[in-house]
Formats: sequence, structure tokens, C-alpha cells
Amino acid sequence: MSILIDETTRLVVQGITGGEGTFHTQRMQEYGTRVVAGVTPGKGGQTHLDVPVFNTVSEAVDQEGANAAAIFVPPFFAADAIMEAADAGVKLVVCITEGLPTFDMIKVKQFLNGKDCHLIGPNTPGIISPGKCKIGIMPGHIHTPGSIGIISRSGTLTYEAVQQVSIQGYGQSTAIGIGGDPIVGLKFIELLQMFKEDDDTEAVVLIGEIGGTAEEEAAEYIKNEYTKPVVSFIAGQTAPPGRRMGHAGAIIAGGKGTAKEKMEALEQAGVYVAQSPADMGAKVKEALA
Amino acid sequence: MKIHEYQAKQILSKFGVPVPQGEVASTPAEAKKIAEKIGPRVVLKAQIHAGGRGKGGGVKIANTPQEAEALAQDMIGMTLVTHQTGPEGKTVKRLLVEEALDIDKELYIGIVIDRAQEAPVVMASSEGGVEIEKVAAETPELIFKEYINPSTGFLGFQARKLAFKLGLKGDTQKHAVKFLSTLYKAFQATDASLAEINPLLITKQGNVLALDAKMNFDDNALVRHPEVHEMRDLDEEDPLEVEASKFDLNYIKLDGNVGCMVNGAGLAMATMDIIMYTGGMPANFLDVGGGVSEESVKNAFKILVSDQDVKAALINIFGGIVRCDLVANGIVKAAKELGLKIPMVVRLEGTNVEQGKKILEESGLSFQPASSMQEAADKVVPLATQGQ
Repeated sequence: MSILIDETTRLVVQGITGGEGTFHTQRMQEYGTRVVAGVTPGKGGQTHLDVPVFNTVSEAVDQEGANAAAIFVPPFFAADAIMEAADAGVKLVVCITEGLPTFDMIKVKQFLNGKDCHLIGPNTPGIISPGKCKIGIMPGHIHTPGSIGIISRSGTLTYEAVQQVSIQGYGQSTAIGIGGDPIVGLKFIELLQMFKEDDDTEAVVLIGEIGGTAEEEAAEYIKNEYTKPVVSFIAGQTAPPGRRMGHAGAIIAGGKGTAKEKMEALEQAGVYVAQSPADMGAKVKEALA
Repeated sequence: MKIHEYQAKQILSKFGVPVPQGEVASTPAEAKKIAEKIGPRVVLKAQIHAGGRGKGGGVKIANTPQEAEALAQDMIGMTLVTHQTGPEGKTVKRLLVEEALDIDKELYIGIVIDRAQEAPVVMASSEGGVEIEKVAAETPELIFKEYINPSTGFLGFQARKLAFKLGLKGDTQKHAVKFLSTLYKAFQATDASLAEINPLLITKQGNVLALDAKMNFDDNALVRHPEVHEMRDLDEEDPLEVEASKFDLNYIKLDGNVGCMVNGAGLAMATMDIIMYTGGMPANFLDVGGGVSEESVKNAFKILVSDQDVKAALINIFGGIVRCDLVANGIVKAAKELGLKIPMVVRLEGTNVEQGKKILEESGLSFQPASSMQEAADKVVPLATQGQ
């Protein structure tokens, strides 16, 4: 099994005719993802990459049964695209676009409140259930099907974790990048809950970074309610306060959000915390020994 | 993005937030002229992007325009060191010359985005004029908060609640309510990430004004606020960081001597961490982006080698969609064009990694290959120490 996506997922790509949309739709198709529709306003009726293009997401849902959406539209249109997908009844929206203004995301989160729709991202590499379905821009070939769930705030560091886990002989049930922005859709706790229910996930790797308190909240949840082993690494132990480290969300503000605080909170919750990023794979082995 | 106090006050004033009368001077003569107009008694405030100016000698009171001129002579061009500037300090180029007001009370107002609540929050405290982090740590009960629902905005009753909690009465309370609502309007309308008024001044006459003002903005929203974007002061930023931002590279200068070039912010931070874990210190954070190109590798290389503090460098690229052979080509081209004056350890991983390694080997340049992050760190840290 896996969480959120599998071989039955029917994907609509918003922004399919653009450069990024085209490139990554091809990679997703090659991986085996069922891309059933594309949306580009004004290009409805065309066919692109053997996929029917619609003007609106609701047409893609009605006519092709799309139940997941991937967003590759420019940042100032992305909030609208997320809300359009949610309004059309899509159950999972993956927003790859980076650079969304924070106020746009505040509105998006309020719009999604109470709707039966999960958002991943923005500013995320996406989600992959190896061997079944990939929605995003991560390299599919480094993943192998298996029993480790991966949740991460970053992109290439997730690939590093995937590789280390594979070297230890474990595959992944589902790997998710939650996005590097201050406000994102699904966060650690919601995803941990899903992995808890997933029989095929034996352990979870949680990759955090400086900024915010999402890791501390996750630690509190793990301490009280989580039974499966959790391995963690927090990036940014050497980051200076007050500087934004690439991701809009990765900033130590007002003395809060340091790697040290996060690692301590996770350790107290019984999480296997890797001090060095080179030890993520070894910690998984230790946790499952 | 950060701006100066005088710029923040210009923005606030436009939205109707009361600020003291004042103008900016970049010469002593200008300071005198402004004092003649709004004085005679004025406050001179050094304009740099850092707090703690008062303690460092960056805020002075002048009783006459002549005194203002003399003080400005000393202050303009001075290197101001505060707890936020670092030991090297910052050069003062401009002064804000403001009317001196009779202080009755100093309060604190701050608006930020609360990430956990996913909403803006307006904070108020009677403990103005001091570091709010200290108040938050020691006496959190003295900070009052109101969270904003983005669709209704900051409501009247919320502003009244805060004003009453601050112990304000009568007309002063009404002025404070108006101050809070206009401040929030300015915050939302400009996509700010921080609006901090510390102190908020209550004059003996009961007026409410922003004695100091600090605003930061969401970098992702600057495109829709060109008037704010124009206020960026490149003099306040590290020249290499400015250069990097022209090429869409995320670069931050740090204190160590191991340079790094990495694709992706998370992996870049992790690379810095493993350098420290192995006994070295990173000289910078440099993220060339998740999808690297030959061009971005070359520009990043240029920035890396132009930092005199870098004694050895680590290039760590996890090529996913991007092919390692392309990245290797970019590295070799840049090294041939710019010279390879420092030892460089290169760790490539991902698609076409073997071809990539081969390109580096056959380049005739002395790159040191590494196949894991740990191996790369183990190689680069001693090299940097030797180079020191």
C-alpha cells in the first residue's frame, strides 16, 4: 500500500502546455502515472502529449474523472489554480510552483478549510509512491517500492535520504515533499497520521529544517500518539539567525526555529535523530533493528 | 526585503498612520535646514538596517539647528556597531531628522504572520522601547495578541480590545484604535512580513505616533509592489550576495573557510552542517536551484572563487532530473575560464553520474571526486585547514 496516491490515481495537469508542464508531464507519463487530462485556459479542445486539454478543471473532472491535480502555473496564478482544483472536487492538489506570496497562501488555506481536498506544497518536488504513481518533479528512478515513508520540507535533500535508505536495503512506501514555504498544505502531523494507518509503512523519515515550529508540533504528536519508529534530520544547524536560507520558510526569526530546539524536541519524543545528514540511512536501520 | 525606518514611515504615512514630522538628511547642512523648519529641538537617527541604534550612538538629540548640524557632521559617515550589525558595523549614510516629542508612555505594536495559525497576528504590549523577544521570554503575559481572519480583516472590536488591554483611555484609546487599523491596512496592502512599531509613542497631549518603524516584506510578492521594491538599498547588503541575486542564486556569506555550491536549499544547509560536523566551518550558503543549468553553475563558481575567505570548496550536486554530465561540463568550463586556484571536491550523484565523473577526470583539472556527502566533507575540511 501507500498513502494519498497509487496506480488508480487519475491526474490532471494544470499548466500542461507550458515548458515546465510539458517536460514534467512527459516524465510522469514515462513513470507510469495516469495523466488523464490537462488544463490551460483558452486551449480547451486541443490534445497535448496524447492528453485532452480543457479550459477548466471541472471539465477535466467531469469528462475524465480526474481525482488529483498537479500545478505548473506561474506563482501569481497558482493560488487561483489550487482553489479551482479544490472547487472542482479534486481530492489531492500538488502545487509544484514556487514563489507564491504568503498572503495568497493564507487565503488558499482558508478556502480549503472544510473541503474534502488535500494540498501538497507549494514549492514542493511533489509526491511519489514508487512503482505506482509519481506526481511531481523528482527523479523517479532513484526510488524503490518498500516500507519506509518519507516526509520532507526540501527537495534534493529528500533524494539524498531516499538514496541512503535504498543503500541500506529499504524501499519507500510513499515519499512526500511538503514544501519549503512558511505556509503549506499538508504538514508533518497529518502525513504521520496517514502513515500510521498504512499497513505497509514500517517506519517514517521526517526531514525538517530551520524556521517555524512544525517539527516541534510533530514531536509533540509523536510523543503522545505515534507508535511506528521515526527517524529525523534537521537541516540548518549552521544557519545564522535572521537570514532566509533559500526557502522562504527557512529562517530563524526572533530566536525561534533553530535546529537545536527542533532536534531536542524530537529526541525527547523518542525519535532517532541523525546529527549528520550522512547518517539518515544508518538511523533507519538502527530504528528497525 | 528590509527597508530603512524613514522609508517605512513614508509608507505608513501614506496609509494614514501617524508618524512624527521629519525628513531625511544626507549632509550636515541638510540636517540644519530640516531642524530650522521643524525644530528647533530635533532627534537625529542614523538610518541603517539594524536595531539597537540608540545604544550604539546612532540616535542623538539636538536643541538647536546649529547643534543638529554639528551632530550630523559626526554621525554621517560613522561606522555604527550594534548587536545586530556584527562587529564590522555599518556605515551611516543618511539621518532621519525628526521633531522631538514629549514622551508620556512607550508601548509596543508588532504585526507578523503566525505560521502555526496560518494568519497574521497583531501583538501589543505595554513594555515598549525594549527588546520584545526579552518580554516574550520573560513575561509573555504582557503581550496581547489578536489573530486576523483574512476575509474580514482586522476588526474594530479587536483593535479596541488591544487598546483597552494597553490601559489606554478616552481620546488616546480612540487614537490607538485608529492607529492599529491603519497599520494593519498598510501591512496587508504591501504584502509585508513584519511591521513593528517599537516604541509606539503616547505623547503628554495624548497623541499616538510611531516613534520607530520597521517593516519587512515578502520577497515573493515584491513584483506586485514596485514602489516598495524600489526602496531596496543595495549598500546595506553584501556585494557578493547582490551579485548572486542578479543570477537568481541564493547566496549568503558566512564566517568559515569552506566554500560550498549545492543544488537545493535543504541539501545546501545539510552540506553546511556536515562540514561543521566534520570539524570545518562553511564560508557560505549557495543554492544554485533544484534544476541546475550550465550557466548557473558557472555564475555560482564565479561567486565562490571571488570570496577571499574560501580556502577550499565543496560542490555537492544531486542531479535528479538534471543530468550529472551537463553539470560536470558546466564545472569544467567555468574552471577553465576562471582558473582553479583553490582545491575543489566534487560530489555528483543521480542521472548519468558515471559520465559526469568521467568528464571531470578527463578535464586535466585537479578536481577531487567524492561519492558520498561524508567522503566529500572528509576531503574538503583538511584541505581548507591547510590552505589557511
